[in-house]
Amino acid sequence: MDNPFEIIYSKKVMNHFLHPKNVGVIKNPDGEATVGNPVCGDVMKFYIKVEKKGKEEYLKDIKFQTLGCGAAIATSSIMTVLVKGKPLKDAVKIGKKAIIEALGGLPPAKVHCSVLADTALKKAIIDYRKKKAV
Amino acid sequence: MKTLIYLDNAATTRVDPLVVKAMLPYFTKKYGNASEYHRLGMEAKMAVADSRKKVAEVLGAKTAEIVFTSSATESINLSHKGLIENLQNEFKKGERPHVITTKIEHKAVLETLRHMERKGEAQVTYLDVNKRGLIDLVTFKKAIKAQTVLVTIIYVNNEIGTIQPIKNIGKYLKEINKKRKRPIYFHTDATQAINYLDCRVNNLNVDLLSLTGHKINAPKGIGALYVREGVKIIRQMDGGGQEKGLRSGTENVPYIVGIGKALQLTEEDKIKKAKKVALLRDRLIKGVLQIPGVSLTGDKLVRSPHIASFLVDGVEGEAMILALSELGIIASTGSACSAADLAPSHVLTALGIPPEKSHGSLRFSLGKETTPGEIDLVIKVLPGIIKNLRVMAPKF
Repeated sequence: MDNPFEIIYSKKVMNHFLHPKNVGVIKNPDGEATVGNPVCGDVMKFYIKVEKKGKEEYLKDIKFQTLGCGAAIATSSIMTVLVKGKPLKDAVKIGKKAIIEALGGLPPAKVHCSVLADTALKKAIIDYRKKKAV
Repeated sequence: MKTLIYLDNAATTRVDPLVVKAMLPYFTKKYGNASEYHRLGMEAKMAVADSRKKVAEVLGAKTAEIVFTSSATESINLSHKGLIENLQNEFKKGERPHVITTKIEHKAVLETLRHMERKGEAQVTYLDVNKRGLIDLVTFKKAIKAQTVLVTIIYVNNEIGTIQPIKNIGKYLKEINKKRKRPIYFHTDATQAINYLDCRVNNLNVDLLSLTGHKINAPKGIGALYVREGVKIIRQMDGGGQEKGLRSGTENVPYIVGIGKALQLTEEDKIKKAKKVALLRDRLIKGVLQIPGVSLTGDKLVRSPHIASFLVDGVEGEAMILALSELGIIASTGSACSAADLAPSHVLTALGIPPEKSHGSLRFSLGKETTPGEIDLVIKVLPGIIKNLRVMAPKF
């Protein structure tokens, strides 16, 4: 009950909250997705640019916009750092666990509602595939 | 980070060095058990009696009417459970004592009452409040029934600072009690009021009043309950019979000394201090309302001197608190993201504020030590913080 990490943010979380990476909009993105809703408190929007090298598709660029608490902003930021430049097939494998590990832990109460970044990215990739199929 | 601008005094306060000084001898020198008849015990007993006198003086009460507890939460539990338990046998089977309260009480009141409802010991009316957090006296009067035994209303709401008309309610209840077969007892949670407002029990006409030390520059872990002479409550803590049998457990002598000293200090220039703090609050409100998309919560005029509370559109509250904290400014939010149960504040919800708005709530609560320079710094940096977070948010 008194484990301080159940209620406080790690240095990495604070760092990503205060100095988030890859914030912003990509004009004419290859894929985009919005997850969450303002009633729950957190809304995340991800934009991606995809590049093909040989047979492999890579995340050439990724940007996010987030309305939410410190954890929501930090998880968005770390997610973009983790996946930028990676092949799509590897990027989709990054889930909540990897995000939390990369941030040096998160208070458990924050995991359920604020770690939406993995869903946001997956949906942005689905959006890209849909657009490509058209 | 050198600056520390503490604007979370509604959460807790810094212990006054004079209070610490008064408490210190009771840890290592005068450490006797106040129930013992030796020299050290007597010394402790005298200290407890002296503190009780100070508390009684501030409340305009008799010393025998003051019970020391661990917190306002405990005072409220003792008051409500103790009162209802004592009245149970006055009620026939199938009939339950009725309690009237508001939807914007502290959880200490709401959860205590819900507990008794669940156990079938009481029926409760939760009064609505208007957009500014005030109860309607007509609705209140209509809610009174033959079975009503307790009215419990928060004096100053901790989130929005709205002051309820406690004096009017007390006067009305005193009046109708003259004709009632069964009296209605009146309790107020004065936790946030005690520092700046009139809490003299005979001015308020309350029978029960709860308060805590840590909101008035005493330490955490000490509270008091005022119980008017003749009002019977049943103890909720069984044991050695301290506090006239109402609250067993060895007296926490240093903390009892601390709350007495702190209450005594609140009385010094009370009105002058309240005016000074209210002026700073108004300066802060005026400055913060200059920011686009920001509104005030609570009543503009009927509000406690120390609370300035806002809704900020398009920003989540916890993010604002973290960003302010990085600059050494300590504030608070009622956002769901910062709550243990991840639910939006029940107070803001009761005002009719939808969750997407209450996520952006921001509360500054001033203290006796707050300076104009500190207020001006907040006014200076807050627009930038809000702008940064809004830029980061998606448009939808």
